[in-house]
Amino acid sequence: MKRILLLLLLLALALPARAQDAMIEALPGLGGGFGAQATAVERLGALGDPRALPVLRALADGRLLRGADGGLLIREGDQLLDAATGAAVPRPEAEPARININNRVRVALRGALGRLQIVSPDPAERLAAAEGVFRMRSAENLPLLEAALTREAVPRIRERLELALGASRLASEDLEAKRAGIAALGASASPEARAVLLEARAANAALLPEIEAAVAAIDRRLQLRQAAETLFQGLSLGSVLLLAALGLAVTFGVMGVINMAHGEFVMLGAYTTVVVQDLTRDIPWLAPWSLPLAVPAAFLVTALIGAAMERGLIRHLYGRPLETLLLTFGVGMMIQQAVRLTFGAQNREVISPAWMQGTLMLPGDIAVTQNRLWILAFSLVVLALVVAAIRFTRFGLEMRAVTQRRAIASSMGIRTGRVDALTFAFGSGIAGIAGVALSQIDNVSPNLGTGYIIDSFLVVVFGGVGSLAGTLIGAFSLGIINKVLEPWAGAVLAKVFVLVAVMIFIQRRPRGLFPQKGRAAEA
Amino acid sequence: MTRSFTLTRRAALAGFAGALAAPGIKPSMAQAAPIKVGVLHSLSGTMAISETALRDTVLMMVEHQNSKGGLLGRRLEAVVVDPASNWPLFAEKARELLQVHRVDVTFGCWTSVSRKSVLPVFEELNGMLFYPVQYEGEEESKNIFYTGAAPNQQAIPAVEYLMSDDGGGAKRIALLGTDYVYPRTTNRILRGFLNSKGIGNADIMEEYTPFGHSDWQGIVARVKRFASEGKKTAIVSTINGDANVPFYRELGNQGIKAEDIPCVAFSVGEEELAGIDTRPLVGHLAAWNYFMSVQSPANTEFLNLWRAYIKNPRRVTNDPMEATYTGFNMWAQAVTQARTTAVDAVRPAVIGQKFAAPAGYTEEMLPNHHLSKPVMIGEIQADGQFNIVWKTPNAVPAENWSQFIPENANRRRG
Repeated sequence: MKRILLLLLLLALALPARAQDAMIEALPGLGGGFGAQATAVERLGALGDPRALPVLRALADGRLLRGADGGLLIREGDQLLDAATGAAVPRPEAEPARININNRVRVALRGALGRLQIVSPDPAERLAAAEGVFRMRSAENLPLLEAALTREAVPRIRERLELALGASRLASEDLEAKRAGIAALGASASPEARAVLLEARAANAALLPEIEAAVAAIDRRLQLRQAAETLFQGLSLGSVLLLAALGLAVTFGVMGVINMAHGEFVMLGAYTTVVVQDLTRDIPWLAPWSLPLAVPAAFLVTALIGAAMERGLIRHLYGRPLETLLLTFGVGMMIQQAVRLTFGAQNREVISPAWMQGTLMLPGDIAVTQNRLWILAFSLVVLALVVAAIRFTRFGLEMRAVTQRRAIASSMGIRTGRVDALTFAFGSGIAGIAGVALSQIDNVSPNLGTGYIIDSFLVVVFGGVGSLAGTLIGAFSLGIINKVLEPWAGAVLAKVFVLVAVMIFIQRRPRGLFPQKGRAAEA
Repeated sequence: MTRSFTLTRRAALAGFAGALAAPGIKPSMAQAAPIKVGVLHSLSGTMAISETALRDTVLMMVEHQNSKGGLLGRRLEAVVVDPASNWPLFAEKARELLQVHRVDVTFGCWTSVSRKSVLPVFEELNGMLFYPVQYEGEEESKNIFYTGAAPNQQAIPAVEYLMSDDGGGAKRIALLGTDYVYPRTTNRILRGFLNSKGIGNADIMEEYTPFGHSDWQGIVARVKRFASEGKKTAIVSTINGDANVPFYRELGNQGIKAEDIPCVAFSVGEEELAGIDTRPLVGHLAAWNYFMSVQSPANTEFLNLWRAYIKNPRRVTNDPMEATYTGFNMWAQAVTQARTTAVDAVRPAVIGQKFAAPAGYTEEMLPNHHLSKPVMIGEIQADGQFNIVWKTPNAVPAENWSQFIPENANRRRG
């Protein structure tokens, strides 16, 4: 704080009196209406006076206040500074009012702060500054940007600076500069650059062919990128379907139990996440790990409930699918109502850790959202674990033996009842794990599960009952088909189309993509 | 003529009966049969996020009125039912309120589809419903009082603001909504309005999603693409219920900033934002007729009442709660004036009632059963509250039949 003050003082001494006057003159506008504020911000940005930086930052953060006498004050911690001089002032009797801004002022601020922060030592600030200056599209920024480009070493910031330079050149009066600007913008794959070019059409009728060519070039690159993004969205939806369906692939696919309460196990997993987060909230070293912690917790909770359900109810109804369906449907409703009574009907908030927020830029400017990327990776890990458990463990071997030839497995000394319970618990536990992941992208409410039950059955049946590979391929192909159709048909119709397509497919191949072969299939 | 005569006579009879009965029950208010207030809001399902607070508001008002000695010397009693965001169930529950519980007045509904579902029931059984949410208009029933905004009190001024200098001068509009009657009708009105302002259909994008939609990545990406045509673009959202949470999360994750593509919502208030991290959303807008941040003596009174009742400092107030509060007060005034709770006598008394609403303006119930209300536009702040950036100087009378729907031309003239 002191250092900033000292710097401000030195600057005030060093600057010629006229510049100081211009800044002081522009300041009161910041306390006016939105129009006056925007004008004042633009003036301060154009002056390039670094003393305006703390004032503009304060305005952007809501720390600029209006004193009772109309003077502007900056709140810095629990101190008040005079906006014009930067000197600390005693706290006035009347509480100073916060100065509010709107989007128009925010746009002006982004440009002005961009001009002032383009020399910042912090790369994140420089990147934001390049974005801000880019959106100003003003020829006045040319010298500033040229100077910044000679200094800049970070490729990502350079890229944005080039774009900003291109946009500024396009806004200049010189025809050659305009041409260079169009070329620079056209060399990018940025939708914003495309917007700048299209906007410039009206004012540059003479350059229309060049502009059109540049837009076409961007469009070609964007098309590739859009295809990649649609693919990612499809994979992401597929991973959600896969997670939701994996548990069912075990209980329905392997055991043949039509478990209508499957969605409720997913929901219970999500609520376990809420509980784990509530419990760890006040333990600082544990709180960031609440989500990874919720995974085993959710598995245990839902597996236990699943085992109890199998031992208590379902085992009495083996071989009677209709009764099982009705029974599990009823249990599902009871679980839903129990959760509603315990946690309330309102949605519960789940905290997303910082590493699951925001967008990740892949090479080629392909934007993927972090939370979806994590869920995609998580679904594959869970799938791998399930496959490993079934293939390589003693439990998996017994499970396969019991589902293939119960009588023979039993005569070989396998306790079939215990294996049934464990298998059902295993499938339910996986549904619980899915709930942890889904809590990050969906609303955690007692109804969470009902949204996934149909999709889960769809995936398992489409992929081929009893085949994990089928579940995997089924989930991802349904996800991608859905996302490819969505832009054409809209979210509602795309889903209808997918349903119709699956219906036709099942008519042709009743056993799905990967039908079970051999004796197990006939059993 | 005959009809209005019967009405008056019935009202007079009811008033007379009330006057006769009044001295008898005066000594103790508990002895008289209580006045029953029906509460018809979803307490579960996709709309619970919005409607639960409205139930709390009615319960608060009932308690408050009782602490003031009830109405007409009688105690008020709330009858709460849960239609569970299930539209046909709304009609069943409405019938239950009117026939089994014999309520004197009902406060309820949020979505238009639920209101359309109960409307025939209220008309058939001659009930009285106060509907507290902004809606698409195109409706007028003698059994319903609409205390939320009509399109000319919310949707149209909001889009006008987006097109103004202060709002960013939008020239391209993406209309995103939940797939039911309110968003579709509102967007039809908005399309007519935009066309009349010279914004052609090529500059309008319209998309609908089901209730509770959670996968917004494709739509948000398409809006981004739609915005790269070199014209300032804005989003107008009529997304309802808890689908808003993943929608706003996706806006934040894909980095759509209010400076570039502002999003104005008609069904998102303080209550809906309570479960979202609003820091990436600063500057996105909502249009309402009240915000919790309004500075007015009536709002201070409302807030104090709410805080004392709910006893949770984190619970907020919002526009439909204010509309419920205003509607309840107008009903109470009308009952006092009519000296009875009989629907046919209270109805004419409600019309013309004035109330100094928390919004800071005196609102009046108009003969078309709608209110005159101020229009406000607020920007989302980092703390989940709204900063009011624009408001009308006066309360605007509701036009429930929009001039931007061609079929209404005859009705408006007649």
